[in-house]
Amino acid sequence: MAQRSIRLLGTQRALTKPNYFLHLGGGITGFVVVMILVGMVWLPYSPTAMSSAKFQAPSLAHLCGTDNLGRDIFSRIMEGAGSTFVIAASVVLLGLVAGTLIGCLTGYFGGLADLVLMRVCDALTAFPSILLALVMVTIFGLGKYQIILILGILFIPSFARVVRGEVARQKSQNYTASARLMGAGHFRIIFRHILPNILPVMLPTVSIGFNNAVLAEASMSYLGVGVQPPHASLGRMLAEAQGYLGNAPWYAMFTGLAIVLLILGFSMLGEGLNQRD
Amino acid sequence: MKYFAKKLCTLIITLFIVSLLAFLAFQVISGDPATSRLGTHATPEQVEALRKEMGLDRPVFVRYGEWLVNFLRGDMGESYRYNMPVQDMIAEKLPTTAILILMACGLMIALAIPIGVFTARHAGGMFDRILTVTNQIVMAVPPVFVGILLSFAFGSLIRALTPVSFISYGDNFPRFILFMLFPALSIALARISMSVKLLRSSLLDEMERPYIRTAYSRGHSRDTALRRHALRNALIPVIVFMAVSAAEMVAGSIIIEQVFAIPGIGRLLLASISNRDYPVVQAIVLILAFWVVVVNFIADILSQYMDPRVRLG
Repeated sequence: MAQRSIRLLGTQRALTKPNYFLHLGGGITGFVVVMILVGMVWLPYSPTAMSSAKFQAPSLAHLCGTDNLGRDIFSRIMEGAGSTFVIAASVVLLGLVAGTLIGCLTGYFGGLADLVLMRVCDALTAFPSILLALVMVTIFGLGKYQIILILGILFIPSFARVVRGEVARQKSQNYTASARLMGAGHFRIIFRHILPNILPVMLPTVSIGFNNAVLAEASMSYLGVGVQPPHASLGRMLAEAQGYLGNAPWYAMFTGLAIVLLILGFSMLGEGLNQRD
Repeated sequence: MKYFAKKLCTLIITLFIVSLLAFLAFQVISGDPATSRLGTHATPEQVEALRKEMGLDRPVFVRYGEWLVNFLRGDMGESYRYNMPVQDMIAEKLPTTAILILMACGLMIALAIPIGVFTARHAGGMFDRILTVTNQIVMAVPPVFVGILLSFAFGSLIRALTPVSFISYGDNFPRFILFMLFPALSIALARISMSVKLLRSSLLDEMERPYIRTAYSRGHSRDTALRRHALRNALIPVIVFMAVSAAEMVAGSIIIEQVFAIPGIGRLLLASISNRDYPVVQAIVLILAFWVVVVNFIADILSQYMDPRVRLG
């Protein structure tokens, strides 16, 4: 009896009950994106304006309080979240485009290039991305665009592998064969016929990739090897806030919360997308 | 046995490639040591003489071989900044980081397996539902923030129970372990959540298998079937995941050492990167890379040992 109830929970709930993860994740992500978009055109205070009101507790005037220089933390978080979001999105875009190209070509044509590239991808994914990123920082230097480039390169293998597997599977489907019979060239088959079919499968990979990018950017900026001072970053704010944990705990709490919301929204979206099929 | 030999070959080749890449990468970025030592005013003849003296005029692969042999013997060169042997600097910090990672692994195994079994046993219940949501949230919290939250939330507790600042493992080992407890938990927390989630779904999958029906027909209760039969098989992917996690905890350790001001390999690495102390960076990267590759190798062997079907794949 007990066993049967488990089986029901496992399969039928997904069909009958609403997809909470998808809705909640969409809600959180929507909220975060709206806040970031608003932050791009309007902020309650200038994120760099200092005032004598240091370490103010959260109030109606300063929703998240003020920091060690009297700057409004809420405005700084909005700016920092925007910057982190843009970096993460660029990283995912870079990894996605390059990874999709590599995955399509290796998955479709196979051969020696496929073998070599996939071994390289295996080797790259075996290493923690922070470690590789730190090595690449010594090569490319510090800065916002360097971080995008470095993390983007590191994210290529994860996308390439998923795309390659899917393309290899779709290649043997009937519609591919019929497209070829109709005289379509290889590139037309790959980009017009196969690619649109694998895009839905890519969605969870993109949401996971986005989260890893946010996490990597925040960690590296926290360590001081990511985004550099004129640009805002949640990771660096967290490092600053840690020093004032005693007199202004809300600084670290709200900054951390912003990172958590950013990641949570997308991870729930990914989870919801996975449960849908 | 054949599988083991094949994997061992791959391991050796990977280690070789990793060391070659580490050597070449730092060969390129650190520039010519002879020029940087003599400064910009040196004549080409002087530079040439020093290059000869330092052995830089020989082919790059000869130098790579020599560097690798020296490295394996324990001679990792000299730090640019501190003029002391790199291996001495690393030997001092390595145990701290190693213990931190081992403690994080220990916490992960000790917490994830019981919690995972418990939530699978009560799947669909209140606890299970709460835990599923909690898991999703915990996985979204970056290790940095976990560390900061822990040190804030248990600020007074930490001060009462554990030392305020870092104590070397050599000075007072029990207090060192006590201090490392929260850092280790910060590294492990997200991984614990992921393992619990994986173990739960893996257990529930196994419970659908025919051999569990056989176990029921032999009069086993659901609990015994789960613990005696399903658990063994359900643990296979979890243990592989944990082994991979052990490799990735290297990254967590680099960050958490910074959060809790623990003088380990990670802090040395960051300091050396900002000092452009390439021999130190090179040695640490290689050691950490070796750890990652070896742990992944162990994960492969373990999964094959527990599930002989892997060999066929």
